[in-house]
Amino acid sequence: MNALKSAPVLAHEVPAKDPYLEISDLWKLYGDFVALRDVSLKVEEGEFVCFLGPSGCGKTTLLRAIAGLDLQTRGTVIQNGQDVSNLPPSRRDFGIVFQSYALFPNLTIRKNIAYGLENAGRSKEEITVRVTELLDMVGLSEQGNKYPAQLSGGQQQRIALARAIATSPGLLLLDEPLSALDAKVRVHLRHEIKELQRKLGVTTVMVTHDQEEALSMADRIVVMNHGVIEQVGAPTEVYKNPASLFVAGFIGEMNQLEAQILSENRLRIGKHEFECRDHDFDPGTTVVAAIRPDDVVPHGSDFVPDAGAKNCELVRIGDMEFLGSFWRCHLISDDFHGAELIADFSVNAVRRLSLATRQEIHVELPRENLIAFAPEAQGGDDD
Amino acid sequence: MTDAATLPPGRDVKPRLSRDDVMMRSWMIVIALYLVVTLVFPLYAMLSKSFSTYHFDLGQFEFQVSDDDGVFATDPVLASTLNDQLGVFGEADLRAGSDGRLPATKLFPDFSFRSSKMYRVRGTSDEAVYLVGSTRHSGTAWQELDSNTFRRVQMRPVSGTGFGNFVTYFSTPALSNSIKNSLVISTIATVLTVTLAFGFAYALNRSCLRFKGAFRIIAMAPILVPSLLPGIALVYLFGNQGMLKELLMGQSIYGPIGILIGSVFFTFPHAFLILSTALAISDARLYEAADSLKTSPWKTFWTVTIPGARYGIISATFVVFNLVITDFGLPKVIGGQFNVLAVDIYKQVIGQQNFEMGAVVSVVLLIPAVFAFAIDRIVQRRQVAQLSARSVPYEPKPQKGRDRVAMIYCSVIGVFIIGLLAICQYAALIKFWPYDLSLSLNNYQFDLMDGGGWGSYFNSIKLGLLTAIVGTGVVFFGAYLVEKANGFEMGRGFFQMVAMLPMAVPGMVLGLAYIFFFNNPANPLNAIYGTMAILVVCTVTHFYTVSHLTAVTALKQMDREFESVSASLKQPTMKLFRRVTVPVCLPALLDISIYLFVNAMTTVSAVVFLYSPKTALASIAVLNMDDAGDIAPAAAMGMMIFYTNAAARIIHLLVSRGLLTRTQAWRFR
Ligand SMILES: Nc1ncnc2c1ncn2[C@@H]1O[C@H](COP(=O)(O)OP(=O)(O)OP(=O)(O)O)[C@@H](O)[C@H]1O
Ligand SMILES: [Mg+2]
Repeated sequence: MNALKSAPVLAHEVPAKDPYLEISDLWKLYGDFVALRDVSLKVEEGEFVCFLGPSGCGKTTLLRAIAGLDLQTRGTVIQNGQDVSNLPPSRRDFGIVFQSYALFPNLTIRKNIAYGLENAGRSKEEITVRVTELLDMVGLSEQGNKYPAQLSGGQQQRIALARAIATSPGLLLLDEPLSALDAKVRVHLRHEIKELQRKLGVTTVMVTHDQEEALSMADRIVVMNHGVIEQVGAPTEVYKNPASLFVAGFIGEMNQLEAQILSENRLRIGKHEFECRDHDFDPGTTVVAAIRPDDVVPHGSDFVPDAGAKNCELVRIGDMEFLGSFWRCHLISDDFHGAELIADFSVNAVRRLSLATRQEIHVELPRENLIAFAPEAQGGDDD
Repeated sequence: MTDAATLPPGRDVKPRLSRDDVMMRSWMIVIALYLVVTLVFPLYAMLSKSFSTYHFDLGQFEFQVSDDDGVFATDPVLASTLNDQLGVFGEADLRAGSDGRLPATKLFPDFSFRSSKMYRVRGTSDEAVYLVGSTRHSGTAWQELDSNTFRRVQMRPVSGTGFGNFVTYFSTPALSNSIKNSLVISTIATVLTVTLAFGFAYALNRSCLRFKGAFRIIAMAPILVPSLLPGIALVYLFGNQGMLKELLMGQSIYGPIGILIGSVFFTFPHAFLILSTALAISDARLYEAADSLKTSPWKTFWTVTIPGARYGIISATFVVFNLVITDFGLPKVIGGQFNVLAVDIYKQVIGQQNFEMGAVVSVVLLIPAVFAFAIDRIVQRRQVAQLSARSVPYEPKPQKGRDRVAMIYCSVIGVFIIGLLAICQYAALIKFWPYDLSLSLNNYQFDLMDGGGWGSYFNSIKLGLLTAIVGTGVVFFGAYLVEKANGFEMGRGFFQMVAMLPMAVPGMVLGLAYIFFFNNPANPLNAIYGTMAILVVCTVTHFYTVSHLTAVTALKQMDREFESVSASLKQPTMKLFRRVTVPVCLPALLDISIYLFVNAMTTVSAVVFLYSPKTALASIAVLNMDDAGDIAPAAAMGMMIFYTNAAARIIHLLVSRGLLTRTQAWRFR
């Protein structure tokens, strides 16, 4: 990290209220197939935004539309106050890193980084100085005269990044920059990229299908599915208050239980009634009641619910898996029509309450963590 | 999710083109135009020539005859009326070539050039043309001629379009028999070559035979010589004064037998290469499975090997068939009285100056060639898919009996190939076969023979180098544009299509088409006719497809995003092309160059119509010296081509090796 000390901070003078990047009503069709459906999004100056979603949901398509590499069918892209909707990539202001890195194999690392600095009125010395600075910045000052094939995947990734930011673009686009690396390097590079981005203050859009990556790096996450944006929000926001069942299921884990609405904050799962977060469903509607495994609260076997105890359910502990920092327990309730409830109990709690398989205990589904969602539409998403 | 109906009304976003986009599209159009002008237009010219017919229209001419005193007392009479009465010209007589003439006096049985009768002649329409002596007349004005002059009146045919030439072709057995001959000979040669080459490829891939490298080189050697060279060797072996004439037991080598043996020789490397690739990619796991099921080798062969290599076999079949049916040099040298299509074109055009009939034969030859080409393309597309899906290569284990059989088999084939080449070299060095067997270099005094002399040899090298340089440049750049340009789907689709066309066009057809197109005074490109330029253009176009496919394969292995990165860095695409694409693809560029060079050195068929005395070529010289009976010098020149190509290949190998060592650092990890 100390290599990042000398990073210059870039300032872009834009009136504070205008977003740096504004995408409006974007559509992209491949023949009859709708890859993007009426997508609108604003990205603030200096923000780090992640596009997150399952494979084939249109993340890359949206990124490439922003870059002008594959033009959208409809809609506008405004960058830094300028309408760039139909401009070719060479007339837009961005740097890009691809999953494959696309480093030029026959050029040394230095020449790769210098590639975009040439033909822009810089002297040889200026270019050399800038390349050295960039190599320092990504912590690879020793490797300048090697060829890409002689570097490790992680090192190549950093070179690709250095090449993309060499010309100080206003926008940095990253398409799954870490997915070709193994897990350890990935976690390490996450921090480095984030750090670098903060230092440079460059507006950044990153595509990923790894929720952990998105949660740990992004200022805001754009969750996409089937060519539409499902939710935009800060990582904690998206995690705590998912806007749809899809988001709830895609980010983190979620128990999903079929339920009927009773009133604006009550619903029934199986034979039992529970209080839940306030919602807008009409009584009688079939919904999905969702709760995250780590929100399930265990009680000891000696716990006897009194008449006032709400949202409690008697369950039998099925399998228990030890996952390092917590136990994952599969809970079975006779009253849930056979549906299984997954709960993550801290090591502490399991020891304190001496929980074990086949034990019968009470668990609480706290009201504020039990959320009602409309079931996901069936059919239509046949692809 | 897939209903596009919800798309709001309005216009799609229209991309604004970058400078690079415009540049790339323009160049793509330029190269596509090159292909259109050097391929599509000539073929069109040839096609229309084959449909252009000439016939005499007797209704167009009118005569009037005076009495002995020169007084025109009788009414004028149409030539057609006269012919109806007399029946002198039958239907066949009225069909004509472009320079047919019909003497008018035939219509006057009692004509005497000594009589004092006067004759009048005129056309009934403005198109009617007749000659008086060698002066051309037309129009409807009467001309009065004395009988001595009338003797020299000849009617000229009118041109039209129609199937006339084809009718003539198919009703003349001497011509249409060639279709059967060509088909039969190509089929037999294909079966022979593919079988033999399969055995050879099988031995090299599936046994622990020794000297595999050497055998591989030997199998590829025939590619370095013109197809007519084995013909010359066969003449020395089995010709009228041949060393092994008795082996043929009275059969003549001049004819189908010679064509067959020679065809096996010159198509062997092509079949071997395809089959060897097909066998190399078949999956070892299938063999292990067969082994573990205790399947007999014979059954394994038919249930695993053959199906695994089926696309290769089909592809090799059609490639060989195409090569044999379109080959001209070999049947020209050794075909004797056995007529085949490719030679017919030559005979019609060069021998009889009947260009229309040459065009007809070309069209006929185009049909099986296009057919074979189309099937080969379909099969190849499937094989590529198969190739990428497969994984574990087969590693044969030593097995004495099998390895010995393989050794004997490969040696026999090797002796056949080297033998034919050695005979040529021997013949070239002998003073006067079979009477004076002392060695001399007399046969290398090409300047003393007809055919172009040493000049033709250097012309060939010049053609080879020019073709390699110009061709590689045009082909690779064209392939780059079509592979990496943005959008412009229609233009790219069109380009891909015309780039595939040359492979379907036999050399003889291309050459003849060039005559029709470029030798037309109305064509502004007429200036290049008879120059080295047209030979280069013709050769580049002739061998465009394979070069293009090689380039495309190499380019497909380049990261698709290089162009995107370059654009995002605001760098011109041409800089990327120069600094990254070309250096990384250099091995492919060298492969294309050597392919073009070798083919330019050996090709006969297309250029045989296009060379001029100043641009005679070595391969043509072989043909012409053989034609003139100077067989030993022909063999000598043929071997010069062989050594030159061999040297070129060695240089190519060394350069490629050197390049790989030098670029080791970035090519390998
Ligand atoms: N050139 C194309 N032609 C037709 N369909 C395409 C094309 N490119 C993408 N698509 C389709 O558009 C959809 C979105 O593709 P996109 O590449 O944006 O997905 P993604 O979210 O980046 O997925 P991944 O995580 O797998 O990279 C996919 O269903 C894909 O099949
Ligand atoms: Mg993607």
